[in-house]
Amino acid sequence: MIAELLTNTALPIILVGAMVGIASSAVGTFLVLRGNSMLTDAISHSIVFGIVIVWLLTKQQSGLVQLVGAALAGLLTVFLTEALANTKRVKQDAAIGLVFPALFSIGVLLLNVYAHDIHIDTHTVLLGEIGFVWLDTIDLFGLPIPQALVSMSIMTLLNYAFIGLFYKELKLATFDPALAKTFGFMPTILFYVMLMLTSSTAVAAFDAVGAVLFIAFAIVPASAAYLLTDRLWMMFIIGALISIAASLSGYYLAVYLNVSIGGMMAVMTGVFLILAFLAGPRYGVITQYMKRRRAREAPVEPPF
Amino acid sequence: MQWLDLLSDYTFQNVVIGASLLGLISGPLGCFAVLRRQSLLGDAISHAALPGVCLSFIITGSRDISGVIIGSLVTGSLAALTMLLLTRKSRLKTDAALGICLSIFFAIGIVLLTYIQSTNNASQGGLEAFLFGQAAATLRSDLWIMGGITLVTLTLLAVFWKQAKLVTFDTQYARTLGMPTTAIEAVLTCMVALAVVVGLQMVGVILMAAMIVAPAAAARQWSRHLGGMLVIAAGIGIVSGVSGATISTLSRGLATGPLVVLSATTIVLISLALAPGRGLLWGTIKHYRQKEALQKQQLLYALYKHPLASKHYRATFGARWVLGKLKRQGYLVRSTDGGSGWRLTSRGEKAAKQVVATFEEVAT
Repeated sequence: MIAELLTNTALPIILVGAMVGIASSAVGTFLVLRGNSMLTDAISHSIVFGIVIVWLLTKQQSGLVQLVGAALAGLLTVFLTEALANTKRVKQDAAIGLVFPALFSIGVLLLNVYAHDIHIDTHTVLLGEIGFVWLDTIDLFGLPIPQALVSMSIMTLLNYAFIGLFYKELKLATFDPALAKTFGFMPTILFYVMLMLTSSTAVAAFDAVGAVLFIAFAIVPASAAYLLTDRLWMMFIIGALISIAASLSGYYLAVYLNVSIGGMMAVMTGVFLILAFLAGPRYGVITQYMKRRRAREAPVEPPF
Repeated sequence: MQWLDLLSDYTFQNVVIGASLLGLISGPLGCFAVLRRQSLLGDAISHAALPGVCLSFIITGSRDISGVIIGSLVTGSLAALTMLLLTRKSRLKTDAALGICLSIFFAIGIVLLTYIQSTNNASQGGLEAFLFGQAAATLRSDLWIMGGITLVTLTLLAVFWKQAKLVTFDTQYARTLGMPTTAIEAVLTCMVALAVVVGLQMVGVILMAAMIVAPAAAARQWSRHLGGMLVIAAGIGIVSGVSGATISTLSRGLATGPLVVLSATTIVLISLALAPGRGLLWGTIKHYRQKEALQKQQLLYALYKHPLASKHYRATFGARWVLGKLKRQGYLVRSTDGGSGWRLTSRGEKAAKQVVATFEEVAT
C-alpha cells in the first residue's frame, strides 16, 4: 500500500515540499531572530559560484563533492561579508549586496567561458523543478523513494539534531550574544555552523525549489511564526506546520490552475504570513486595532 | 582602426549608452538606499519586477517595452511599500521584510510565468533575459525611454533634495519640522524601482543589487558630503557600465551584466584600499609608522636608562630593524669597546633625554 502511495505522484511532491519547508524554516528561525535573513539570499546565489568552481576542480557535476563545495561557497560568502563589514567602511547590508553579486558574476562568466563543456542549467539552479522529484528515485527498504525526499529528510534530521543538541547555547547566543560569549558558548562558531547547515540545506533544496524559492521557505514560515508566538520552541512547531500546510494547499492549487508547483507553495507561505500579520492573537494588526479601540472606550479609572 | 570600428558599431553604441544611463541613475539612488541601510532594497525590488513583467504580458499580450516598464514599476513599488508596511506595523525587522517581499513576489512571478506558458505558447527565453539581462538586444527606442526615466528621476531628486537629505540623516528632526516623512521615505524607496527598471535590460534581476550598492559604497569612501557622494557614485556607475560593456564587446562571448558588476566591485575594492582618509591602506601604514615610532622611543629609553642594554647585542628581528634605522639616522653607533653592543651618539643622547622625560611624566 505504501509502495502504491509513493508511485502516486502527488504524495512525493507534497512530502518533498513539506520537508524543504521544515528543514529550511528550522535554520531560518535563527536567521530571522538574529536579523540576518538576507544571508539566505546571498548564500543561495553564491552557490552557483561554488558549483562551477567544484566542477572546474573535480569535473563532477553532482554528488557529495558538489554538496560540500556549494556549502563552502555559501560559507565563503558569509565570511567575505563579515570581513567587509568588519573594516567598518561599509554596513553589513551593503556588504551582502557587494559580495554575492560579485561571486555570482564570476560564476556566470566562468560558465560563459566553459559553456560548451559544462551542462549546468542556471535555470534549474534558480528555479528548481519540484514537479519531477518522483522521477528520480532510489530504492530504500524495497520501496522507490524520491531522492529529493531522502536528501531533504537527512537535512531536516541534521538541522534538528544540531538545534536539539545545542538548544540552550543557540537560544542564548541568539538573544544575548554577549552573555553567551562570557559563558564560553562561542556564539560565533555556533553561528557559522548554523550557516553551514543553511547552505547545505539550500544545496539539497535546489533540485526541488531552486535558489530564490528556498529563501521563501527559509524566511517566510519563520517570520510568520515570529508574529504568532514569543516562545522559541513554538516557532519551530508553527514554522513546520505552516510549511506542511503551504505544501499541501500549494500543490493542489498549482495542479488546479496548472502553474508552477514550487512557486505556488512559496506563494502559500506568503498567504499564511499575511494571515499571521493581520490576525495574529497578540501582534496582529486587527488585534492591535481592537485592543486600542477597547482601551479608548473603556472608562478611565482615576489613579487614586 | 579596431577602436574606430568598435565606436561606430551600432550594438556597441547602444550597450554603452544603456550601461552609462544605468550607472547614472543607480549611483545616486543607491546612495540614499545605502545610507538608509536599505542596500538590499534594489535586490528585493528587482526580483519583484517579475510578476509585473508577466502581468503586462497577460494584459497586453505582447512584450512591449512600455508595458514591461509600467508593470515592473508597479509591482516593484508595491513590494517596496509592502516592505515598509511590514516593518512599520509588525515586529519584523527590515532584513526579514526584504526577504519576504523578494521571495514571495518572485514566487508570484513564477506562478504567473507558468500560467502564461500553459495558456499560450510564449517561449521561455523571456525569463532568461529577465534573470540575466540582454544588453546586446538594446534598441535605440529603449534608450530613449531609459534616458527619459533617468532624467525624471534625477529631476525629482533635485527638487526634493533638501527633504530627501533630512529624512535620510535625521528622520525624527524632519518629523518635528512637519515634513511628511513617511511620504518622502515611500517616494525615495519607490524611486529605486525606477533604477531597477532601467537595469533589468542591462544586467538582469540578480545583479541589479550590485548596481545599487557598489557605486554608492565606493563613493562613500571618497566623500563626506551627500552631494559629492551622489556625483561620484554617478561617475563610478558610468565608468563601470562603460568598461563592462567594452570588455564584453571585445571579448565576444562574455555576458555584459557580470562584467559591469565586476568592474563596479573592483572600483569598490580600490576605493576601500586607497580612498584618502578612509582607505584601509593608509590606516595600515599609519599603524605601522606609529608602532615603529614607539619602538624607537622604547629602545632609546632602554639604552639611556639601562647601561646593561648597550652590552646586549643579541636582538630580536623587529628590534634589530629599528636599531638599524636608528643607526642610519645617527642616533646610535656600534660601541667601540669590545666590538659588540650599542652606544648613543650625542644626538641620540639628546633625543633619549627627551623620551625619558616624556615617559616619566606620563608615568607620574
